[in-house]
Amino acid sequence: MKQMISVALPKGRLGESVYKLFEQIGYGCPEIMENSRKLIFENEENRVRYFWAKPSDVAVYVERGAADVGIAGLDIILEQEPDVYELLDLGFGRCCLAVAGKKGANINTGRTLRVATKFPNIAKKYYAEQSREIDIIKLNGSIELAPIVRMSDVIVDIVETGKTLKENDLEVLETICEVSARLIVNKASFRFKTSQIEEMCKRIRERVNR
Amino acid sequence: MNIPDSALRREERAIFDLRALYEQYGYKKYNMSKFEEYDLYLENKSFLPSQQIITFTGLSGRLMALKPDVTLSIAKNVPTRPKEPVKVYYNENVYRTPRGSNEFREIVQVGLEYLGRLDLYGQSEVVLLAYRSLQRLSDNFAMVMSDMGFISGLFESCGLPRMLEEKILSCVGNKNEHEIRRLCDEAGVEDDRRDALAALTKLYGPFDETLSRAEKLVCNEKMQESLRQLRELNNVLAPETDEDCLRLDFSVINDLSYYNGLIFQGFIDGVPTAIVSGGRYDNLMEKLGKRADAMGFAVYIDQLRQGAEEEEHYDADVLLLYDEGADAAKLSETVNMLTSNGRSVRVQTVMPRRMRFRQLLKFGERGLETVETDD
Repeated sequence: MKQMISVALPKGRLGESVYKLFEQIGYGCPEIMENSRKLIFENEENRVRYFWAKPSDVAVYVERGAADVGIAGLDIILEQEPDVYELLDLGFGRCCLAVAGKKGANINTGRTLRVATKFPNIAKKYYAEQSREIDIIKLNGSIELAPIVRMSDVIVDIVETGKTLKENDLEVLETICEVSARLIVNKASFRFKTSQIEEMCKRIRERVNR
Repeated sequence: MNIPDSALRREERAIFDLRALYEQYGYKKYNMSKFEEYDLYLENKSFLPSQQIITFTGLSGRLMALKPDVTLSIAKNVPTRPKEPVKVYYNENVYRTPRGSNEFREIVQVGLEYLGRLDLYGQSEVVLLAYRSLQRLSDNFAMVMSDMGFISGLFESCGLPRMLEEKILSCVGNKNEHEIRRLCDEAGVEDDRRDALAALTKLYGPFDETLSRAEKLVCNEKMQESLRQLRELNNVLAPETDEDCLRLDFSVINDLSYYNGLIFQGFIDGVPTAIVSGGRYDNLMEKLGKRADAMGFAVYIDQLRQGAEEEEHYDADVLLLYDEGADAAKLSETVNMLTSNGRSVRVQTVMPRRMRFRQLLKFGERGLETVETDD
């Protein structure tokens, strides 16, 4: 009997499209799409168990082994640097991590740059590589507000279409990196469920590369 | 001494099991002081798994540290040119900040070190002891080995800048093939070097098969030599180990400036991170000015607490409830009768909450009565 594989999916649009992919390659679990308050969904036959987690928590569930496999954005991985295998780039949910600020803002002033962000580690690293001194303001949402109310000079955030920025008279000043969804795997699970995880990756790769 | 299983927690039992194992192979227990001079750790910071160290000022005014690691202390204290091998094991508390934690923790660690000339037998002995340690911790375990010589040989053939090398090495450790390809393309690394580096992430499996795949990547003497040694080692290990439990995986990595040869990690089912980690660290010895090879491993005993608790767990065999006015001497006699035939007994007047017992007894005016038995 094959062992169960548990998968942590990020709540929201990304997670739903990833689930659809899993369904197409033989890891379906019909009850998951029913709107219910259940947290865990199991399909005995396909030997798979899913649960929805807050996107920024997926890597924690995988690193701690509560999930064998998870789908997390590169932004989360770069921020948390979890000790997990990153086996695949799913190519889903493409966007980029960028520095944004008021249109035409001069950020090369002599003083310490105030950076508002949900990603303090990414921001710290990015500016450390440039040897630039910064003051990090950690926020949990509506980052765009910070430069408008002059709390920060710039923001470091995910930019998808750039629409929110535009509407608030902000623009991308520098792109840090491209971001997409990644398949991450717990390092111990990989040892004990090698062939099943390999099989899962193979099927995903066949789909994604088509 | 006769200790029933129930009196020892899983990690306590493991410590005794492992100590017995190492004694069986003639390794001697290494006792050390709780602290060291801070300098030792400062000079070898990247050897340590976590960078934070608890420091204090000693009476002489020197800066001291509560030890975050044991290997450095053992390595520092061997003679510069040991005439015979130093074979020791330790069972110590170390002070570190574990990943994701922002406070120091006292961590129980058991480990073994072999310092001196390491030949084929010596290396295989250390590997086998790590293997047998895992065997004693769990029925379902997996050990993976790699050789830093192979990886550093491959890096030498690429001639990459140090920063890029470090980034790629960490991608190898996370089996992140797509990022290796991206980094190489960005830096303009030749296609065949890029493919070879990316191939490291998939180079794992049973010894023979993996070695023959690794053979195809060989492009210099260093890599060839590393594979030759792995093959020799496998000849010694194969009869003693199970092919499913001991495998090669070239994505197992460690810091190149300390580790040079064989490295390995061990996992047991139910624990989400490596519980055994070790390897050959001649480079560290050289940094410390010692003319000796060295190899060892650590067992992270505290990880055992993360494993599944036994579900059928009783707090004691018998709960004995008595009335306030009961005759204490008779009660004591009854309790001694129960414990003398090997049962554990908890005696009190009120029913405890959230505890489980095999049997509930009552001690009243009419003596001992059985109220309930849990089968």
